[in-house]
Amino acid sequence: MSDARAETRLWLAQRISAAVLAVCVVVHLATMVAAVQGGLTTAEIVGRVGGNVGWLSFYGLFILAAAVHAPIGIRSVLSEMTQMSKERAGLLAGIFGLFLAVLGFRAVLGIYQLGGGG
Amino acid sequence: MKAGYRDHPAYWAFVLHRVSGVVLALFLPVHFYVLGLALDDASVLDGFLAWTESAPVAFAEAGLVVLLAAHLTGGLRLLAVEFLPWRDGQKSLIAIAGGVSLCAGLMFLLNAT
Repeated sequence: MSDARAETRLWLAQRISAAVLAVCVVVHLATMVAAVQGGLTTAEIVGRVGGNVGWLSFYGLFILAAAVHAPIGIRSVLSEMTQMSKERAGLLAGIFGLFLAVLGFRAVLGIYQLGGGG
Repeated sequence: MKAGYRDHPAYWAFVLHRVSGVVLALFLPVHFYVLGLALDDASVLDGFLAWTESAPVAFAEAGLVVLLAAHLTGGLRLLAVEFLPWRDGQKSLIAIAGGVSLCAGLMFLLNAT
């Protein structure tokens, strides 16, 4: 794949994930403002989202989109603002994205199961 | 030559989008790790959540909410610039993005305290 084509695909992936995140973040902001009113506890969080397939799907999509979106941005920042080559920036960003996905899915699946799901 | 481009609001919108993006990216692993604490021992997460109710932490969280809202509204502006027909009033869009972001932070802070 040529460099130009690869860059175009990353640009497009960044925008598609941004559009998904735009919806997710609006829901997330509203949920935060509502949930924080009574004070957050583990029991409150598990009671609200645990065992719920709807929230599992929502947070699964949210994490997937974030794990695509954030590393592409980090790659741009690293390659534009440091001396790092695009290849190295891409490698580091890719590792970061995998790290995010693993940590995120672990938390989301775990909380789903704590609520009696799965 | 002086860096005249810095006089334009769109430059500062770019700076805010970049800074908020980096801060949010660095915050995400911490956020997921903390949520994951619930899996091993709920009391550890409860201890952490109690700490977040202190005023300085609540203010810091509100700051993160503002950055998240700013990255959201700034990103929507970018998508509009890139995918919709060009229109004037870019400065107004930037102002609206800033206003909505501050409102989100304020709503969070009022509810958290």
